Amino acid sequence: MALLLQYTLIYASVLMLVALGGCFSERSGVINLGLEGTMVIGALGGALVMKYMGNLPAALMILAVIIGSVIFGVLYSLLLAVSAINFKADQTLVGTAMNLLGTAAATVFVKAINMGENVNNVSSSIQYIEQRKAFSAFKIGNFEVSWFMILAVVLLIAAHIVLYKTRFGLRLRACGEHPQAADSVGINVYKMRYAGVMISGLFGGIGGIVYITAGVSEWKFENGVAGFGFLALAVMIFGQWEPKLIGLAALLFGLFRALSNVYSGFDILEMLNIPSAVYNMLPYIISLVVLALFSRNSKAPKAEGIPYDKGQR
Amino acid sequence: MNTKNEKKRFLQIDGVQTVVASLICIALGLIVGYIVLLCINPAGAWDAMTSILKNFLYFPRPEVALEYFGSTLAKTAPLLMCTLSILFAYKVGLFNIGASGQYAVGAGLALYLALAFHMPWYICMIAAMIGGGILGGIAGILKAYLNVNEVIAGIMLNWISLYSVNMLLTNVKESSTTYTMALKTNSPDGLIPSLGLDKLFSDNRYVTIAIPLAVIIAILVWILMSKTKLGYELKATGLNKNAAKYAGMKEKSNMILTMVIAGCLSGLGAAFLYLSGIEQWSCAQTAVPAMGFNGIAAAFLGGLNPIGSIFSAFFIQHITSGGSYVDKMVYCAQISDLISAIIIYFCGFVLFFKHCMNRKAKK
Repeated sequence: MALLLQYTLIYASVLMLVALGGCFSERSGVINLGLEGTMVIGALGGALVMKYMGNLPAALMILAVIIGSVIFGVLYSLLLAVSAINFKADQTLVGTAMNLLGTAAATVFVKAINMGENVNNVSSSIQYIEQRKAFSAFKIGNFEVSWFMILAVVLLIAAHIVLYKTRFGLRLRACGEHPQAADSVGINVYKMRYAGVMISGLFGGIGGIVYITAGVSEWKFENGVAGFGFLALAVMIFGQWEPKLIGLAALLFGLFRALSNVYSGFDILEMLNIPSAVYNMLPYIISLVVLALFSRNSKAPKAEGIPYDKGQR
Repeated sequence: MNTKNEKKRFLQIDGVQTVVASLICIALGLIVGYIVLLCINPAGAWDAMTSILKNFLYFPRPEVALEYFGSTLAKTAPLLMCTLSILFAYKVGLFNIGASGQYAVGAGLALYLALAFHMPWYICMIAAMIGGGILGGIAGILKAYLNVNEVIAGIMLNWISLYSVNMLLTNVKESSTTYTMALKTNSPDGLIPSLGLDKLFSDNRYVTIAIPLAVIIAILVWILMSKTKLGYELKATGLNKNAAKYAGMKEKSNMILTMVIAGCLSGLGAAFLYLSGIEQWSCAQTAVPAMGFNGIAAAFLGGLNPIGSIFSAFFIQHITSGGSYVDKMVYCAQISDLISAIIIYFCGFVLFFKHCMNRKAKK
């Protein structure tokens, strides 16, 4: 039971972080479908820090890992920002390209590093068995609280404050609802959208590193992040683009994702003798159902996905 | 003066602009890919790049090269179907990222009917088509009636179908490996006939009538899109849903119909690949088939034109197959995935390239 709770919380943290990223980007008016790729690249940044700076004291290393993921995530999100904001590219297409590019680039990169160290090592994995231990903050019985869970809660509160209590948040939201109106009162729509996309890169990057350190001590970059970026977008829609609701939605989705990891620990579930593939499918099925139920009255930002053109009325 | 005018007009033709823009995308993709290769290991970069671009020409003997050319063509046919599926949906304003899932379902049904019930190939093919169509239809209904974003629904359906197909095909897999049984030994009826086409490619038995069939379907899609009333209505729905509704078109059923047709195309593509026997399905697969995603690259590279996509699908498959010939001691085969991902990214700039060309032509 403690294990289920632990996995639920850690997966919920991932989904919440990435969904918040999507929320910032969409609130500024840019659809970020490339979150999946951003997660992979962010995870790569964190994993490289763990690989090369694993000897640092625990607190410093955690900080370095987070900074590494953030830098990689933000830089990667610029690919979307430049094409969608300056060049008015199709955001769905660019997002998809970023997802493919993220996995391919990370695989090529990690394989090159591994082959550089040992010619016969053609795997695309990075190991971090020792480094990962630093992430657990404290234990209550079997239940292990990770620093990342604490970080996720802090960032959730921060996201709420930034979006609803600051001038920046108000301006950001205005750019997603009616950019022409925002421009007419002197807000620089392009700058705001850049900020939105880069914040989403920050969240996506952190989400990536939390995901790959959630349950395992090595990550095979060939596999990407298995649709987690898209699950996060479902969480965002279910949460109606509001940080508070996103937090709750993430808990629900995290629970179903956690079930596929730990279902064998429960006698009742074990007795039902359902194939493991069904548990693997569960989060995706649930999100489809949830989307079907909640998309109708969606409160999506009105100008999302539409490139801003100054000359247009 | 006269020649200058002609030159201007030449650059303003839409088709020419599309081809030029696509070539720019390819060039940029190859340049960035080459830079990546240089960063990894400068010594072998040029060799690696040429072997990706040469693909089957890598083999010096013409008969062998011809045989591998046949294999590349055999894999181009399914890719072309996925490409058509994506561009067809895109013309109606829908992004069919679910092509991979529809492809997986097609593969599952085709192989299961062939291996478990020893059905002939055409039945398996039709089943694959229907399976893909149903999956596409689900995404279409969700979009039309419940306003679910088709991209997110498509991704969810991709994973659901991948796990379901793995579960289904575990019943017909070889006992010692994770792969499905070979069609040739277990149910030869399930293999698509080649009607002598294999003779043209040094007896490559994977060369089947699927290849000409795919080209015919591409032409049919072109006719449907640009010469029929249905195609006109579908495109109108894509341009402006509300205007189409106001003009008396059934915009909701048009959307669903589009997704069903798109699903049929990708499902059929899977049948083209797996019923030729060139590959077996791995039941331990943990990644959604790449064919659907490569289809996105090919669709945009082909300028969203069914005829153009015949060439772009071949090019994408050409470099994907070529990726397996790079020196494994220095680079990995994924380098070609990286190049096609970069090409897709630059396809986002096509409008911008065209804009530049128009401005230049006006000067």
